[in-house]
Amino acid sequence: MIEFRQVTKRYDSDHTALRQVNFHMGRGELAFLTGHSGAGKSTLLKLVMVMERPSAGEVIVGGQVLNSLPRRQIPYIRRHVGVVFQNHQLLFDRTVFDNIAMPLEVMGTSPRDVGRRVRAALDKVGLLKKEKMNPLQLSGGEQQRVGIARAVVNKPPLLLADEPTGNLDPELSADIMNLFAQFSQVGVTVLIASHDLALINEMDRRTLTLDHGNLIAGGTPLQGGARGR
Amino acid sequence: MAADSSSRTRKPDPARGAKVAQSPWREQAESYFIHHRKVARDSAGRLWRTPVASLMTWTVMGVALALPVALLLLLTSLQGVSAGWESSARVTAYMSLGTSLEQARDLAGEIKADGRVIALELIDRDQALIEFRASSGLDEALDYLEENPLPHTLLVTPEENARSAEGVAALVTFIEGMDGVERVQVDLGWLQRLNAMTDLLARAVWALATLLAAAVVLVIGNTVRLSIENRRDEILVAKLVGGTDGFVRRPFLYTGAWFGLGGGVVAWVLLQFSLFWLSGPVERLAELYRSDFALNGLSLDGAFALIIVAMLLGWLGAWVAVKRHLDDIEPGEIAGG
Ligand SMILES: Nc1ncnc2c1ncn2[C@@H]1O[C@H](COP(=O)(O)OP(=O)(O)OP(=O)(O)O)[C@@H](O)[C@H]1O
Ligand SMILES: [Mg+2]
Repeated sequence: MIEFRQVTKRYDSDHTALRQVNFHMGRGELAFLTGHSGAGKSTLLKLVMVMERPSAGEVIVGGQVLNSLPRRQIPYIRRHVGVVFQNHQLLFDRTVFDNIAMPLEVMGTSPRDVGRRVRAALDKVGLLKKEKMNPLQLSGGEQQRVGIARAVVNKPPLLLADEPTGNLDPELSADIMNLFAQFSQVGVTVLIASHDLALINEMDRRTLTLDHGNLIAGGTPLQGGARGR
Repeated sequence: MAADSSSRTRKPDPARGAKVAQSPWREQAESYFIHHRKVARDSAGRLWRTPVASLMTWTVMGVALALPVALLLLLTSLQGVSAGWESSARVTAYMSLGTSLEQARDLAGEIKADGRVIALELIDRDQALIEFRASSGLDEALDYLEENPLPHTLLVTPEENARSAEGVAALVTFIEGMDGVERVQVDLGWLQRLNAMTDLLARAVWALATLLAAAVVLVIGNTVRLSIENRRDEILVAKLVGGTDGFVRRPFLYTGAWFGLGGGVVAWVLLQFSLFWLSGPVERLAELYRSDFALNGLSLDGAFALIIVAMLLGWLGAWVAVKRHLDDIEPGEIAGG
Protein backbone atom coordinates (compact mmCIF):
# COMPACT_ATOMS: atom_id res chain seq x y z
CA MET A 1 0.00 0.00 0.00
CA ILE A 2 2.83 2.39 0.87
CA GLU A 3 6.35 1.95 -0.32
CA PHE A 4 9.34 4.25 0.19
CA ARG A 5 12.42 3.60 -1.92
CA GLN A 6 15.56 5.47 -0.88
CA VAL A 7 13.48 8.51 -0.07
CA THR A 8 15.33 11.66 0.88
CA LYS A 9 13.60 14.88 1.70
CA ARG A 10 15.55 18.08 1.91
CA TYR A 11 13.83 21.36 2.70
CA ASP A 12 15.09 24.50 1.04
CA SER A 13 17.35 25.42 3.91
CA ASP A 14 19.60 22.45 3.02
CA HIS A 15 18.18 20.80 6.09
CA THR A 16 17.60 17.11 5.49
CA ALA A 17 14.40 15.88 7.13
CA LEU A 18 14.55 12.32 5.77
CA ARG A 19 17.58 10.36 4.59
CA GLN A 20 17.28 7.37 2.27
CA VAL A 21 14.24 5.93 3.94
CA ASN A 22 13.13 2.47 2.79
CA PHE A 23 10.05 0.66 3.95
CA HIS A 24 6.91 -1.05 2.73
CA MET A 25 3.50 -1.45 4.28
CA GLY A 26 0.93 -3.93 3.04
CA ARG A 27 -2.84 -3.75 2.91
CA GLY A 28 -4.52 -3.92 6.29
CA GLU A 29 -1.31 -3.35 8.17
CA LEU A 30 -1.18 -1.04 11.19
CA ALA A 31 2.13 0.55 12.12
CA PHE A 32 3.37 3.31 14.36
CA LEU A 33 5.84 5.96 13.36
CA THR A 34 7.88 7.32 16.21
CA GLY A 35 10.99 9.33 16.94
CA HIS A 36 12.10 12.49 18.68
CA SER A 37 10.65 15.84 17.85
CA GLY A 38 11.98 16.94 14.48
CA ALA A 39 12.89 13.39 13.49
CA GLY A 40 10.83 13.67 10.31
CA LYS A 41 7.57 11.91 11.17
CA SER A 42 5.26 14.58 9.84
CA THR A 43 7.48 14.97 6.81
CA LEU A 44 7.07 11.29 6.00
CA LEU A 45 3.28 11.53 6.24
CA LYS A 46 3.25 14.66 4.08
CA LEU A 47 5.13 12.81 1.38
CA VAL A 48 2.38 10.20 1.30
CA MET A 49 -0.26 12.93 1.06
CA VAL A 50 1.70 14.69 -1.72
CA MET A 51 1.82 17.78 0.45
CA GLU A 52 5.55 17.61 -0.14
CA ARG A 53 7.58 15.98 -2.89
CA PRO A 54 10.68 13.89 -2.20
CA SER A 55 14.08 15.32 -3.09
CA ALA A 56 15.25 11.87 -4.12
CA GLY A 57 13.89 8.33 -4.19
CA GLU A 58 10.37 7.16 -4.87
CA VAL A 59 7.18 7.26 -2.88
CA ILE A 60 4.64 4.73 -4.08
CA VAL A 61 1.09 4.73 -2.78
CA GLY A 62 -1.55 2.29 -3.94
CA GLY A 63 0.79 1.15 -6.69
CA GLN A 64 1.29 4.65 -8.05
CA VAL A 65 4.57 6.50 -8.07
CA LEU A 66 3.85 9.93 -6.61
CA ASN A 67 7.05 11.66 -7.69
CA SER A 68 5.90 12.47 -11.19
CA LEU A 69 2.23 12.92 -10.36
CA PRO A 70 0.89 16.03 -12.07
CA ARG A 71 -0.49 18.66 -9.77
CA ARG A 72 -4.07 18.30 -10.88
CA GLN A 73 -4.02 14.58 -10.09
CA ILE A 74 -3.17 15.20 -6.43
CA PRO A 75 -6.78 15.54 -5.25
CA TYR A 76 -7.61 12.10 -6.61
CA ILE A 77 -4.80 10.56 -4.55
CA ARG A 78 -5.97 12.38 -1.45
CA ARG A 79 -9.45 10.95 -1.84
CA HIS A 80 -7.94 7.57 -1.16
CA VAL A 81 -6.05 8.65 1.92
CA GLY A 82 -7.80 9.55 5.16
CA VAL A 83 -5.87 11.84 7.48
CA VAL A 84 -6.21 12.71 11.14
CA PHE A 85 -4.18 15.49 12.69
CA GLN A 86 -3.61 16.53 16.23
CA ASN A 87 -5.20 19.85 15.47
CA HIS A 88 -8.10 18.08 13.89
CA GLN A 89 -8.99 20.93 11.56
CA LEU A 90 -12.71 20.79 12.05
CA LEU A 91 -14.69 23.71 10.68
CA PHE A 92 -16.66 25.51 13.33
CA ASP A 93 -19.05 27.21 10.95
CA ARG A 94 -20.97 24.02 10.28
CA THR A 95 -22.38 21.02 12.05
CA VAL A 96 -20.61 17.78 12.87
CA PHE A 97 -22.54 16.16 10.04
CA ASP A 98 -21.38 18.72 7.48
CA ASN A 99 -17.80 18.43 8.66
CA ILE A 100 -17.80 14.70 8.15
CA ALA A 101 -19.57 15.00 4.81
CA MET A 102 -16.78 17.08 3.26
CA PRO A 103 -14.77 14.24 1.69
CA LEU A 104 -17.98 12.91 0.14
CA GLU A 105 -18.96 16.33 -1.10
CA VAL A 106 -15.70 16.85 -2.96
CA MET A 107 -16.21 13.48 -4.64
CA GLY A 108 -19.70 14.41 -5.77
CA THR A 109 -21.44 11.68 -3.82
CA SER A 110 -25.21 11.84 -4.18
CA PRO A 111 -27.01 13.34 -1.17
CA ARG A 112 -28.75 10.05 -0.33
CA ASP A 113 -25.45 8.24 0.01
CA VAL A 114 -23.94 11.11 1.95
CA GLY A 115 -26.48 10.78 4.74
CA ARG A 116 -26.06 7.04 4.93
CA ARG A 117 -22.28 7.08 4.93
CA VAL A 118 -21.89 9.96 7.36
CA ARG A 119 -24.13 8.19 9.85
CA ALA A 120 -22.20 4.97 9.40
CA ALA A 121 -18.97 6.83 10.17
CA LEU A 122 -20.53 8.60 13.15
CA ASP A 123 -21.79 5.27 14.43
CA LYS A 124 -18.32 3.83 14.19
CA VAL A 125 -16.85 6.55 16.39
CA GLY A 126 -19.85 6.47 18.72
CA LEU A 127 -21.17 9.97 18.04
CA LEU A 128 -24.39 9.16 16.27
CA LYS A 129 -26.41 11.44 18.51
CA LYS A 130 -24.24 14.50 17.95
CA GLU A 131 -24.52 14.96 14.22
CA LYS A 132 -26.43 18.22 14.46
CA MET A 133 -24.12 19.84 17.00
CA ASN A 134 -21.38 22.32 16.28
CA PRO A 135 -17.92 20.83 16.85
CA LEU A 136 -17.27 23.62 19.36
CA GLN A 137 -19.86 22.06 21.63
CA LEU A 138 -17.91 18.81 21.81
CA SER A 139 -15.09 17.79 24.13
CA GLY A 140 -11.54 17.42 22.84
CA GLY A 141 -11.86 13.65 22.57
CA GLU A 142 -15.16 13.92 20.76
CA GLN A 143 -13.70 16.44 18.35
CA GLN A 144 -10.84 14.07 17.66
CA ARG A 145 -13.32 11.32 16.91
CA VAL A 146 -15.20 13.60 14.53
CA GLY A 147 -11.86 14.12 12.78
CA ILE A 148 -11.46 10.36 12.51
CA ALA A 149 -14.99 9.94 11.20
CA ARG A 150 -14.19 12.50 8.52
CA ALA A 151 -11.02 10.63 7.62
CA VAL A 152 -12.79 7.31 7.15
CA VAL A 153 -16.18 8.39 5.82
CA ASN A 154 -15.29 7.63 2.21
CA LYS A 155 -13.72 4.31 3.19
CA PRO A 156 -10.17 5.12 2.11
CA PRO A 157 -7.80 2.19 1.80
CA LEU A 158 -5.16 4.16 3.65
CA LEU A 159 -5.41 6.07 6.91
CA LEU A 160 -2.70 8.39 8.23
CA ALA A 161 -2.70 9.93 11.68
CA ASP A 162 -0.29 12.54 13.03
CA GLU A 163 -0.33 12.66 16.83
CA PRO A 164 -4.00 11.69 16.95
CA THR A 165 -3.90 11.35 20.72
CA GLY A 166 -1.68 14.37 21.32
CA ASN A 167 -3.67 15.98 24.11
CA LEU A 168 -6.06 13.29 25.18
CA ASP A 169 -6.03 11.39 28.46
CA PRO A 170 -4.67 7.81 28.40
CA GLU A 171 -8.06 6.18 28.47
CA LEU A 172 -9.37 8.16 25.51
CA SER A 173 -6.10 7.57 23.69
CA ALA A 174 -6.52 3.82 24.11
CA ASP A 175 -10.09 4.10 22.79
CA ILE A 176 -8.91 5.89 19.71
CA MET A 177 -6.11 3.40 19.13
CA ASN A 178 -8.63 0.59 19.30
CA LEU A 179 -10.66 2.38 16.72
CA PHE A 180 -7.65 2.44 14.42
CA ALA A 181 -7.05 -1.23 15.08
CA GLN A 182 -10.62 -1.96 13.99
CA PHE A 183 -10.08 -0.16 10.73
CA SER A 184 -6.96 -2.14 10.02
CA GLN A 185 -8.92 -5.33 10.65
CA VAL A 186 -11.25 -4.48 7.79
CA GLY A 187 -8.30 -4.01 5.44
CA VAL A 188 -7.39 -0.37 5.90
CA THR A 189 -3.67 0.33 6.04
CA VAL A 190 -3.06 2.56 9.07
CA LEU A 191 0.08 4.56 9.83
CA ILE A 192 0.13 6.53 13.09
CA ALA A 193 2.84 9.03 14.01
CA SER A 194 3.07 9.33 17.77
CA HIS A 195 5.31 10.26 20.68
CA ASP A 196 3.30 8.21 23.08
CA LEU A 197 5.72 5.36 23.71
CA ALA A 198 3.68 3.82 26.53
CA LEU A 199 0.70 3.50 24.26
CA ILE A 200 2.80 2.17 21.40
CA ASN A 201 4.34 -0.48 23.58
CA GLU A 202 0.93 -1.46 24.83
CA MET A 203 -0.37 -1.94 21.31
CA ASP A 204 2.59 -4.14 20.37
CA ARG A 205 2.57 -3.42 16.64
CA ARG A 206 5.14 -2.77 13.99
CA THR A 207 6.94 0.47 14.86
CA LEU A 208 8.95 2.57 12.44
CA THR A 209 11.47 4.64 14.34
CA LEU A 210 13.03 7.76 12.87
CA ASP A 211 16.12 9.44 14.20
CA HIS A 212 17.30 12.66 12.58
CA GLY A 213 15.70 11.56 9.36
CA ASN A 214 17.13 8.03 9.37
CA LEU A 215 14.83 5.06 9.69
CA ILE A 216 16.58 3.12 12.43
CA ALA A 217 13.99 0.45 13.23
CA GLY A 218 10.85 -1.11 11.79
CA GLY A 219 11.93 -0.87 8.16
CA THR A 220 10.87 -4.47 7.67
CA PRO A 221 7.56 -5.81 8.94
CA LEU A 222 7.27 -7.87 12.11
CA GLN A 223 7.49 -11.60 11.61
CA GLY A 224 4.35 -12.85 9.87
CA GLY A 225 3.68 -9.28 8.79
CA ALA A 226 1.47 -8.19 5.99
CA ARG A 227 4.18 -7.95 3.37
CA GLY A 228 3.23 -9.56 0.11
CA ARG A 229 -0.40 -9.60 0.92
CA MET B 1 9.02 4.91 -14.44
CA ALA B 2 7.41 7.96 -15.96
CA ALA B 3 5.51 5.92 -18.52
CA ASP B 4 4.53 3.53 -15.79
CA SER B 5 3.08 6.25 -13.63
CA SER B 6 1.22 8.01 -16.40
CA SER B 7 -0.49 4.81 -17.42
CA ARG B 8 -1.76 4.52 -13.90
CA THR B 9 -2.59 8.12 -13.41
CA ARG B 10 -6.25 7.84 -14.11
CA LYS B 11 -6.87 5.17 -11.56
CA PRO B 12 -4.71 5.69 -8.53
CA ASP B 13 -6.13 2.60 -6.92
CA PRO B 14 -7.76 0.07 -9.23
CA ALA B 15 -10.05 -1.31 -6.58
CA ARG B 16 -11.54 2.03 -5.63
CA GLY B 17 -11.41 3.41 -9.12
CA ALA B 18 -13.70 0.60 -10.17
CA LYS B 19 -16.06 1.41 -7.37
CA VAL B 20 -16.39 5.03 -8.42
CA ALA B 21 -16.97 4.01 -12.02
CA GLN B 22 -19.83 1.77 -10.91
CA SER B 23 -22.10 4.67 -10.09
CA PRO B 24 -23.71 5.60 -13.40
CA TRP B 25 -22.65 8.83 -15.00
CA ARG B 26 -26.20 10.08 -14.80
CA GLU B 27 -26.02 10.00 -11.05
CA GLN B 28 -22.62 11.67 -11.13
CA ALA B 29 -23.96 14.41 -13.34
CA GLU B 30 -26.96 14.81 -11.13
CA SER B 31 -24.93 15.26 -8.00
CA TYR B 32 -22.66 17.63 -9.89
CA PHE B 33 -25.61 19.86 -10.64
CA ILE B 34 -26.94 19.49 -7.14
CA HIS B 35 -23.58 20.66 -5.91
CA HIS B 36 -23.58 23.64 -8.25
CA ARG B 37 -27.00 24.62 -7.02
CA LYS B 38 -25.94 24.23 -3.43
CA VAL B 39 -22.80 26.30 -3.91
CA ALA B 40 -24.74 28.97 -5.80
CA ARG B 41 -27.33 29.19 -3.06
CA ASP B 42 -24.68 29.08 -0.38
CA SER B 43 -22.60 31.89 -1.78
CA ALA B 44 -25.71 33.99 -2.38
CA GLY B 45 -26.67 33.33 1.24
CA ARG B 46 -23.30 34.53 2.43
CA LEU B 47 -23.69 37.84 0.64
CA TRP B 48 -27.19 38.16 2.00
CA ARG B 49 -26.01 37.62 5.55
CA THR B 50 -23.60 40.55 5.37
CA PRO B 51 -26.02 43.02 3.80
CA VAL B 52 -24.12 46.22 4.50
CA ALA B 53 -20.83 45.03 3.07
CA SER B 54 -22.56 43.45 0.10
CA LEU B 55 -24.64 46.52 -0.57
CA MET B 56 -21.54 48.66 -0.54
CA THR B 57 -19.84 46.46 -3.11
CA TRP B 58 -22.99 46.37 -5.20
CA THR B 59 -23.24 50.15 -5.09
CA VAL B 60 -19.64 50.70 -6.08
CA MET B 61 -20.15 48.32 -8.93
CA GLY B 62 -23.52 49.80 -9.82
CA VAL B 63 -22.13 53.33 -10.07
CA ALA B 64 -19.15 52.17 -12.11
CA LEU B 65 -21.47 50.38 -14.52
CA ALA B 66 -24.22 52.99 -14.65
CA LEU B 67 -21.90 55.78 -15.69
CA PRO B 68 -20.75 54.39 -19.04
CA VAL B 69 -24.17 52.94 -19.77
CA ALA B 70 -25.76 56.34 -19.11
CA LEU B 71 -23.32 57.96 -21.52
CA LEU B 72 -24.01 55.29 -24.10
CA LEU B 73 -27.72 55.94 -23.78
CA LEU B 74 -27.12 59.65 -24.19
CA LEU B 75 -25.09 58.87 -27.24
CA THR B 76 -27.78 56.78 -28.87
CA SER B 77 -30.27 59.52 -28.04
CA LEU B 78 -28.05 62.02 -29.84
CA GLN B 79 -27.66 59.70 -32.79
CA GLY B 80 -31.44 59.46 -32.86
CA VAL B 81 -31.56 63.22 -33.08
CA SER B 82 -29.17 63.37 -36.00
CA ALA B 83 -31.14 60.63 -37.72
CA GLY B 84 -34.28 62.70 -37.18
CA TRP B 85 -32.70 65.82 -38.54
CA GLU B 86 -31.41 63.98 -41.48
CA SER B 87 -35.01 63.64 -42.57
CA SER B 88 -35.12 67.38 -43.03
CA ALA B 89 -32.03 67.27 -45.19
CA ARG B 90 -32.70 69.45 -48.15
CA VAL B 91 -30.90 69.94 -51.38
CA THR B 92 -30.91 73.44 -52.80
CA ALA B 93 -30.14 73.83 -56.52
CA TYR B 94 -29.38 77.29 -57.94
CA MET B 95 -29.99 77.80 -61.63
CA SER B 96 -27.59 79.83 -63.69
CA LEU B 97 -28.75 83.40 -64.10
CA GLY B 98 -29.48 83.01 -67.78
CA THR B 99 -32.05 80.32 -67.24
CA SER B 100 -35.59 81.34 -68.09
CA LEU B 101 -38.54 80.51 -65.92
CA GLU B 102 -39.78 78.07 -68.54
CA GLN B 103 -36.48 76.22 -68.54
CA ALA B 104 -36.51 76.19 -64.76
CA ARG B 105 -40.00 74.67 -64.76
CA ASP B 106 -38.91 71.96 -67.19
CA LEU B 107 -35.91 71.22 -65.05
CA ALA B 108 -38.07 71.06 -61.97
CA GLY B 109 -40.41 68.64 -63.68
CA GLU B 110 -37.52 66.46 -64.71
CA ILE B 111 -36.07 66.35 -61.21
CA LYS B 112 -39.43 65.72 -59.63
CA ALA B 113 -39.86 62.73 -61.93
CA ASP B 114 -36.82 61.10 -60.32
CA GLY B 115 -37.76 58.40 -57.86
CA ARG B 116 -35.46 59.75 -55.18
CA VAL B 117 -37.28 63.04 -54.86
CA ILE B 118 -40.37 63.33 -52.76
CA ALA B 119 -41.02 67.05 -52.91
CA LEU B 120 -39.81 69.96 -54.91
CA GLU B 121 -40.39 73.65 -54.69
CA LEU B 122 -39.48 76.16 -57.32
CA ILE B 123 -38.77 79.68 -56.14
CA ASP B 124 -38.70 81.97 -59.11
CA ARG B 125 -36.14 84.73 -58.99
CA ASP B 126 -38.60 87.63 -58.98
CA GLN B 127 -40.47 86.20 -56.09
CA ALA B 128 -37.21 85.50 -54.32
CA LEU B 129 -36.16 89.10 -54.72
CA ILE B 130 -39.44 90.33 -53.27
CA GLU B 131 -39.02 88.11 -50.29
CA PHE B 132 -35.45 89.12 -49.89
CA ARG B 133 -36.36 92.77 -49.99
CA ALA B 134 -38.97 92.25 -47.36
CA SER B 135 -36.82 90.24 -45.02
CA SER B 136 -33.37 91.77 -45.43
CA GLY B 137 -34.12 95.43 -45.08
CA LEU B 138 -31.68 96.10 -47.91
CA ASP B 139 -34.44 97.62 -49.99
CA GLU B 140 -32.54 100.67 -51.11
CA ALA B 141 -29.31 98.93 -51.77
CA LEU B 142 -31.09 96.53 -54.02
CA ASP B 143 -32.53 99.43 -56.00
CA TYR B 144 -29.06 100.25 -57.22
CA LEU B 145 -28.70 96.89 -58.82
CA GLU B 146 -29.63 96.87 -62.45
CA GLU B 147 -30.97 93.42 -62.51
CA ASN B 148 -32.07 90.77 -60.13
CA PRO B 149 -28.97 89.05 -58.73
CA LEU B 150 -30.90 86.06 -57.52
CA PRO B 151 -31.24 82.90 -59.61
CA HIS B 152 -34.20 80.61 -59.82
CA THR B 153 -33.93 78.16 -56.99
CA LEU B 154 -35.14 74.61 -56.53
CA LEU B 155 -35.70 73.20 -53.04
CA VAL B 156 -35.49 69.42 -53.36
CA THR B 157 -36.48 67.08 -50.53
CA PRO B 158 -35.04 63.61 -51.02
CA GLU B 159 -37.16 60.55 -50.55
CA GLU B 160 -36.81 58.58 -47.28
CA ASN B 161 -34.44 55.92 -48.64
CA ALA B 162 -32.21 58.47 -50.31
CA ARG B 163 -31.55 60.36 -47.10
CA SER B 164 -28.34 58.58 -46.20
CA ALA B 165 -25.10 60.45 -46.74
CA GLU B 166 -24.34 58.47 -49.93
CA GLY B 167 -27.88 58.75 -51.18
CA VAL B 168 -27.87 62.50 -50.86
CA ALA B 169 -24.43 62.71 -52.48
CA ALA B 170 -25.68 60.69 -55.46
CA LEU B 171 -28.70 62.93 -55.82
CA VAL B 172 -26.44 65.98 -55.71
CA THR B 173 -24.27 64.63 -58.51
CA PHE B 174 -27.38 63.88 -60.54
CA ILE B 175 -28.76 67.39 -60.19
CA GLU B 176 -25.36 69.00 -60.71
CA GLY B 177 -25.04 67.22 -64.01
CA MET B 178 -28.19 68.84 -65.43
CA ASP B 179 -28.15 71.68 -67.87
CA GLY B 180 -28.86 75.05 -66.38
CA VAL B 181 -27.93 74.10 -62.81
CA GLU B 182 -25.20 76.34 -61.53
CA ARG B 183 -24.60 75.09 -58.05
CA VAL B 184 -26.06 72.57 -55.64
CA GLN B 185 -25.89 72.97 -51.92
CA VAL B 186 -26.71 70.47 -49.24
CA ASP B 187 -27.60 71.64 -45.82
CA LEU B 188 -25.63 68.90 -44.11
CA GLY B 189 -22.63 70.70 -42.66
CA TRP B 190 -23.95 70.99 -39.14
CA LEU B 191 -25.17 67.40 -39.30
CA GLN B 192 -21.71 66.19 -40.14
CA ARG B 193 -20.32 68.20 -37.28
CA LEU B 194 -22.78 66.60 -34.93
CA ASN B 195 -21.90 63.17 -36.31
CA ALA B 196 -18.21 63.81 -35.86
CA MET B 197 -18.90 64.88 -32.32
CA THR B 198 -20.94 61.83 -31.49
CA ASP B 199 -18.18 59.68 -33.00
CA LEU B 200 -15.66 61.30 -30.73
CA LEU B 201 -18.01 60.99 -27.79
CA ALA B 202 -18.55 57.31 -28.62
CA ARG B 203 -14.85 56.64 -28.46
CA ALA B 204 -14.52 58.48 -25.20
CA VAL B 205 -17.43 56.54 -23.76
CA TRP B 206 -15.96 53.21 -24.80
CA ALA B 207 -12.59 54.14 -23.33
CA LEU B 208 -14.30 55.13 -20.10
CA ALA B 209 -16.35 51.94 -20.13
CA THR B 210 -13.21 49.86 -20.52
CA LEU B 211 -11.51 51.62 -17.63
CA LEU B 212 -14.51 51.28 -15.39
CA ALA B 213 -14.93 47.62 -16.31
CA ALA B 214 -11.33 47.06 -15.29
CA ALA B 215 -12.05 48.90 -12.04
CA VAL B 216 -15.05 46.65 -11.43
CA VAL B 217 -12.93 43.56 -12.01
CA LEU B 218 -10.36 44.82 -9.52
CA VAL B 219 -12.93 45.75 -6.90
CA ILE B 220 -14.56 42.35 -7.11
CA GLY B 221 -11.15 40.70 -7.17
CA ASN B 222 -10.21 42.42 -3.97
CA THR B 223 -13.49 41.62 -2.28
CA VAL B 224 -13.20 37.99 -3.25
CA ARG B 225 -9.61 37.94 -2.03
CA LEU B 226 -10.85 38.98 1.41
CA SER B 227 -13.48 36.29 1.34
CA ILE B 228 -10.82 33.74 0.36
CA GLU B 229 -8.78 34.79 3.36
CA ASN B 230 -11.81 34.49 5.62
CA ARG B 231 -12.49 30.99 4.43
CA ARG B 232 -8.92 29.79 4.49
CA ASP B 233 -9.59 26.91 6.88
CA GLU B 234 -12.38 25.62 4.76
CA ILE B 235 -10.20 25.76 1.66
CA LEU B 236 -7.42 23.90 3.44
CA VAL B 237 -9.74 21.15 4.57
CA ALA B 238 -11.36 20.85 1.16
CA LYS B 239 -7.96 20.46 -0.45
CA LEU B 240 -6.89 18.05 2.24
CA VAL B 241 -9.77 15.70 1.61
CA GLY B 242 -9.23 15.76 -2.14
CA GLY B 243 -11.17 18.75 -3.41
CA THR B 244 -10.05 19.64 -6.92
CA ASP B 245 -9.11 23.19 -7.82
CA GLY B 246 -12.42 23.51 -9.59
CA PHE B 247 -14.31 22.44 -6.50
CA VAL B 248 -12.47 24.85 -4.26
CA ARG B 249 -12.82 27.76 -6.70
CA ARG B 250 -16.49 27.29 -7.37
CA PRO B 251 -17.96 29.13 -4.37
CA PHE B 252 -15.77 32.14 -5.03
CA LEU B 253 -16.63 32.28 -8.70
CA TYR B 254 -20.30 32.20 -7.77
CA THR B 255 -19.66 34.93 -5.21
CA GLY B 256 -18.16 37.05 -7.98
CA ALA B 257 -21.13 36.40 -10.23
CA TRP B 258 -23.57 37.36 -7.46
CA PHE B 259 -21.67 40.55 -6.81
CA GLY B 260 -22.04 41.19 -10.52
CA LEU B 261 -25.76 40.49 -10.43
CA GLY B 262 -26.27 42.90 -7.53
CA GLY B 263 -24.08 45.50 -9.19
CA GLY B 264 -26.00 45.17 -12.45
CA VAL B 265 -29.33 45.59 -10.67
CA VAL B 266 -28.08 48.64 -8.78
CA ALA B 267 -26.80 50.11 -12.05
CA TRP B 268 -30.19 49.53 -13.66
CA VAL B 269 -32.02 51.15 -10.75
CA LEU B 270 -29.68 54.15 -10.88
CA LEU B 271 -30.26 54.51 -14.62
CA GLN B 272 -34.03 54.29 -14.34
CA PHE B 273 -34.04 56.76 -11.51
CA SER B 274 -31.85 59.27 -13.36
CA LEU B 275 -33.97 58.90 -16.45
CA PHE B 276 -37.11 59.56 -14.47
CA TRP B 277 -35.48 62.53 -12.82
CA LEU B 278 -34.21 64.04 -16.06
CA SER B 279 -37.07 63.27 -18.40
CA GLY B 280 -39.21 66.30 -17.39
CA PRO B 281 -36.52 68.95 -17.98
CA VAL B 282 -35.33 67.23 -21.14
CA GLU B 283 -38.82 67.26 -22.56
CA ARG B 284 -39.20 70.95 -21.85
CA LEU B 285 -35.84 71.69 -23.41
CA ALA B 286 -36.67 69.65 -26.49
CA GLU B 287 -39.94 71.50 -26.79
CA LEU B 288 -38.13 74.83 -26.74
CA TYR B 289 -35.96 73.64 -29.59
CA ARG B 290 -38.93 72.08 -31.38
CA SER B 291 -36.98 68.87 -31.40
CA ASP B 292 -38.26 65.37 -30.96
CA PHE B 293 -35.21 64.65 -28.84
CA ALA B 294 -35.91 62.22 -26.00
CA LEU B 295 -33.59 60.43 -23.61
CA ASN B 296 -33.57 56.74 -24.38
CA GLY B 297 -34.10 54.45 -21.44
CA LEU B 298 -32.73 50.94 -21.21
CA SER B 299 -34.83 48.41 -23.05
CA LEU B 300 -35.60 45.08 -21.44
CA ASP B 301 -32.96 43.43 -23.61
CA GLY B 302 -30.54 46.17 -22.68
CA ALA B 303 -31.20 45.70 -18.97
CA PHE B 304 -30.71 41.98 -19.40
CA ALA B 305 -27.45 42.50 -21.26
CA LEU B 306 -26.27 44.95 -18.60
CA ILE B 307 -26.86 42.39 -15.88
CA ILE B 308 -25.20 39.59 -17.84
CA VAL B 309 -22.16 41.76 -18.51
CA ALA B 310 -22.03 42.72 -14.84
CA MET B 311 -22.13 39.08 -13.82
CA LEU B 312 -19.39 38.22 -16.27
CA LEU B 313 -17.23 41.04 -14.92
CA GLY B 314 -17.85 39.84 -11.36
CA TRP B 315 -16.99 36.32 -12.35
CA LEU B 316 -13.83 37.54 -14.04
CA GLY B 317 -12.81 39.52 -10.96
CA ALA B 318 -13.35 36.48 -8.78
CA TRP B 319 -11.36 34.40 -11.21
CA VAL B 320 -8.42 36.78 -11.01
CA ALA B 321 -8.49 36.64 -7.21
CA VAL B 322 -8.85 32.89 -7.18
CA LYS B 323 -5.98 32.44 -9.61
CA ARG B 324 -3.73 34.67 -7.58
CA HIS B 325 -4.58 33.69 -4.03
CA LEU B 326 -6.40 30.40 -3.87
CA ASP B 327 -4.04 28.18 -5.74
CA ASP B 328 -1.29 29.14 -3.31
CA ILE B 329 -3.15 27.72 -0.36
CA GLU B 330 -1.76 24.26 0.22
CA PRO B 331 -2.74 22.05 3.10
CA GLY B 332 0.89 21.32 3.95
CA GLU B 333 0.80 24.00 6.61
CA ILE B 334 -1.98 22.44 8.63
CA ALA B 335 -0.21 19.12 8.98
CA GLY B 336 1.81 20.58 11.83
CA GLY B 337 5.47 20.10 12.70
N1 LIG C 1 8.25 23.35 5.62
C1 LIG C 1 9.47 23.14 6.17
N2 LIG C 1 10.52 23.90 5.78
C2 LIG C 1 11.74 23.70 6.30
N3 LIG C 1 12.01 22.76 7.22
C3 LIG C 1 11.01 21.99 7.64
C4 LIG C 1 9.69 22.12 7.13
N4 LIG C 1 8.89 21.20 7.75
C5 LIG C 1 9.70 20.53 8.58
N5 LIG C 1 10.97 20.97 8.53
C6 LIG C 1 12.10 20.45 9.27
O1 LIG C 1 12.19 19.07 9.03
C7 LIG C 1 12.50 18.38 10.22
C8 LIG C 1 11.48 17.30 10.42
O2 LIG C 1 10.24 17.90 10.67
P1 LIG C 1 8.96 17.06 11.01
O3 LIG C 1 7.84 18.01 11.08
O4 LIG C 1 8.85 15.97 10.03
O5 LIG C 1 9.29 16.47 12.42
P2 LIG C 1 8.38 15.58 13.38
O6 LIG C 1 9.09 14.29 13.53
O7 LIG C 1 7.00 15.55 12.92
O8 LIG C 1 8.45 16.40 14.72
P3 LIG C 1 7.33 16.55 15.87
O9 LIG C 1 7.38 15.30 16.64
O10 LIG C 1 7.83 17.71 16.64
O11 LIG C 1 6.05 16.81 15.20
C9 LIG C 1 12.50 19.41 11.32
O12 LIG C 1 13.84 19.67 11.67
C10 LIG C 1 11.86 20.61 10.74
O13 LIG C 1 12.49 21.77 11.22
MG1 LIG D 1 5.13 16.23 13.61
